[in-house]
Amino acid sequence: MTVTAPGEAPATEIPESSSTRLVDRVFRMRELAILLVLLVMIGVTQLGNSEFLSEQGIKDLLLNATILVLVATGQSLVVITKNVDLSVGSTLGISAFATGTYLQGGGNPVVAVALAVLLGVGFGLLNGLLVSLGQVPALVVTLGTLYVIRGIDSIWVGSRQITAADLPDGFVDFGSGGISAVPWLALIALAVLMATAYYLKHFGSGRELYALGSNPEAARLAGIPVRRRILLAYTFCGALAGLAGALYLARFGNVDSGTGTGYELTVVSAVVVGGVVFTGGSGSVYGAALGALLLTSVNSVLPALGVSSVWVLAINGFLLILAIAVDRIVALRVATALKKRNARHG
Amino acid sequence: MTHRSAKDPAPVLALRDISKSFGAVRALRDVSLDLFPGEVHALAGENGAGKSTLIKTLAGVHRPDTGRVLLDGEPTVFTGPADARDAGIAVIYQEPTLFPDLSIAENIFMGRQPRRALGRIDHRATRAATAALMRRLGVALDPDRPARGLSIADQQIVEIAKALSFDARVLIMDEPTAALTGSEVARLFGVVRTLRDQGAAVLFISHRLEEIFRICGRVTTLRDGALISSEPLEGMTEEDLVRRMVGRDLDELYPKQEVAAGPVALSVRRLTREGVFTDVSFDVRCGEIVGLAGLVGAGRTEVARAVFGVDRWDAGEVEVAGRALTNGAPSTAMAAGLALVPEDRRAQGLVMDLSIERNIGLTGLRTTVRAGLMDRGAERSRSLDWAVKLQVKYARMADTVATLSGGNQQKVVLAKWLATGPSVLIVDEPTRGIDVGTKAEVHRLLSQLAADGVAVLMISSDLPEILGMADRVLVMHEGRLTAEIPGSEATEETVMAAATGRAAA
Ligand SMILES: Nc1ncnc2c1ncn2[C@@H]1O[C@H](COP(=O)(O)OP(=O)(O)OP(=O)(O)O)[C@@H](O)[C@H]1O
Ligand SMILES: [Mg+2]
Repeated sequence: MTVTAPGEAPATEIPESSSTRLVDRVFRMRELAILLVLLVMIGVTQLGNSEFLSEQGIKDLLLNATILVLVATGQSLVVITKNVDLSVGSTLGISAFATGTYLQGGGNPVVAVALAVLLGVGFGLLNGLLVSLGQVPALVVTLGTLYVIRGIDSIWVGSRQITAADLPDGFVDFGSGGISAVPWLALIALAVLMATAYYLKHFGSGRELYALGSNPEAARLAGIPVRRRILLAYTFCGALAGLAGALYLARFGNVDSGTGTGYELTVVSAVVVGGVVFTGGSGSVYGAALGALLLTSVNSVLPALGVSSVWVLAINGFLLILAIAVDRIVALRVATALKKRNARHG
Repeated sequence: MTHRSAKDPAPVLALRDISKSFGAVRALRDVSLDLFPGEVHALAGENGAGKSTLIKTLAGVHRPDTGRVLLDGEPTVFTGPADARDAGIAVIYQEPTLFPDLSIAENIFMGRQPRRALGRIDHRATRAATAALMRRLGVALDPDRPARGLSIADQQIVEIAKALSFDARVLIMDEPTAALTGSEVARLFGVVRTLRDQGAAVLFISHRLEEIFRICGRVTTLRDGALISSEPLEGMTEEDLVRRMVGRDLDELYPKQEVAAGPVALSVRRLTREGVFTDVSFDVRCGEIVGLAGLVGAGRTEVARAVFGVDRWDAGEVEVAGRALTNGAPSTAMAAGLALVPEDRRAQGLVMDLSIERNIGLTGLRTTVRAGLMDRGAERSRSLDWAVKLQVKYARMADTVATLSGGNQQKVVLAKWLATGPSVLIVDEPTRGIDVGTKAEVHRLLSQLAADGVAVLMISSDLPEILGMADRVLVMHEGRLTAEIPGSEATEETVMAAATGRAAA
């Protein structure tokens, strides 16, 4: 565990300012690009419809994005390890309903949210165990749990429904309230996002998630506890899906057995559009969050411009393909740049 | 030579009667080994002898089937690489094990970064420590650069830096020098000697025998997984060592036949790829073996890749038998009779999950496809033919290439390209990681090809190989061709002078 102290020579010539920190720069470039697309899109919409960026308009934009941002943050961790969690939609649905049932019986809202998170943790652990112990691809395992959890949800919920009228007023108000244009829910998502990003950058186990996604075999040889880390990623992803379920209930006040169906695809799109590469090892949660913001904004932008919302899916698909194409081109250019740098070294 | 004091005979790390099988393959049988503090110990043996398997047992990657590992005399069970690491054992594996998406600094310190308060990583200290390591090794690699795209030699340097960063009591190196040239090897050996003098035990594997004699005090030899001997190197000759390894006397290592050169087969004119190499012109004639020497990073591999069409060139032209090749089109190069054996066998040469047979057969698809269907029989017999010629050590031809030892994988790459029957053959480090016995065989093969009229361009970091095999030696330095020396006049001094840029004076 010791580290050789740079004793022999003063560590003055660390190439920090002079040399470009290429890894970071590429990531940042990627995030800036999405931000730019987002701003342009919102700007154009605002020009076409000056109501769009009213206080309520901004609030709606943020509220819509919140839940997707949360789930995408969790999903990013899993995708960084070269895996995927398709069961997030089901987890969100069942935890939303569980929260609702508990509140309906007069439960405490804080306990209710904790309950939702715990439920998510449980499903995350299940996924993590199956993926890290079995030699089965994550895609298949979590496709299985997607159906299993949805099945349990359907049997339990049946045709019941929870509406805002069944919930405590405070809970529903919290779901739509906030400080002027900024909803409480968005603040929660932002806090989770920043904490996760900080963790990934500054803690050993966070970096190890990148390492094992980048080269699983090398991670094993480096003594990284691969299974524990995969378990961690899935548990965290499940926890955020659970939390998102509770917030979904607060926001919409309406859940049934179909809540969250198909959500996993939106989440995965957001993550990929945000530059978290499916082959593992790269990307950031900020990127994923921007991806989520971009995808949900398309939903709000089209009606504001008077375009039929049937276009939403097509546009989401287009963004996805565009993102992948951009990633590919950037990767090739970086590779060329690196090769040229190589050649100059002795 | 040995700095081991007679008063301190306790080995830091020892193996007792270790056996390990992979299915039917018995990779190690009852092998014992003692590693003493303050010694550099060589592990020698042919490709597939079990060297890598042995070090993986020491590193906790493999669990031995039978036998014991003793750490400071105590029986120890390593349940994984982390255990061995925590016991102070640092390992450089034969194949680079880097994280392509992470920076060099992170690669080196993954799992044990310097920490600040609250367990947070100290990125500054990590970077500083990396920069210090790079200075110690005398290389200019930016700690923040991602590992993706590093040349094989630079990857090897990062691996070495990683191992050094441990302050390990035991340093195990599986062919660390395979991709390096003279000056980098000298630098590495300097560092190894320092560690040895500080009391570390070093286990060193190399197929370059002169390196073993230069740095090691004792040698343990394996043959077919069995222990042959463990003895001091003092008083031993290279011939003695080879006899222990292969069990017989070796034929000549450089069996070069004199061939009258024919017409120009490959002509490269003013080839330039911006920032990589500049204004490179040379000819290779039928029947000639032209050696391309230079330091790591001089641009030799890059020239070869451009000629073959894997990378594009910015200016210049390439002709094969008088016909110009298209820029950036390997398929036309192959159609013109050009073949390139690449240096990076894992990334560019092999499909690791395909069988040996299919890997060798891949390049011959065109000739073994009949009426749109693959003629498996033809592929099989052709593959077998080459596998035998190159003495590939395998259990079954249907086994995946991933199960082969490093040197045997290299032979498969070679077989794959030789099987195309090229008229111009470019080989990039043809004998890297290949044992002496097969090295002689590869040299005999290249010589035979030349005698049959093939034009051979041989890139090699192994200077004796260049001097022993080449009719003509081209030397590159920092992306330019700095010398062309007839084989008879080429010596270690003239080539090195040109390679380091000293000849210009
Ligand atoms: N994972 C594996 N599965 C099956 N066989 C294996 C595996 N690893 C090694 N072997 C076999 O064990 C034998 C010893 O291999 P090893 O890699 O130890 O050789 P080596 O001495 O390091 O050779 P080289 O000089 O070519 O690196 C070989 O026959 C190889 O094919
Ligand atoms: Mg080996």
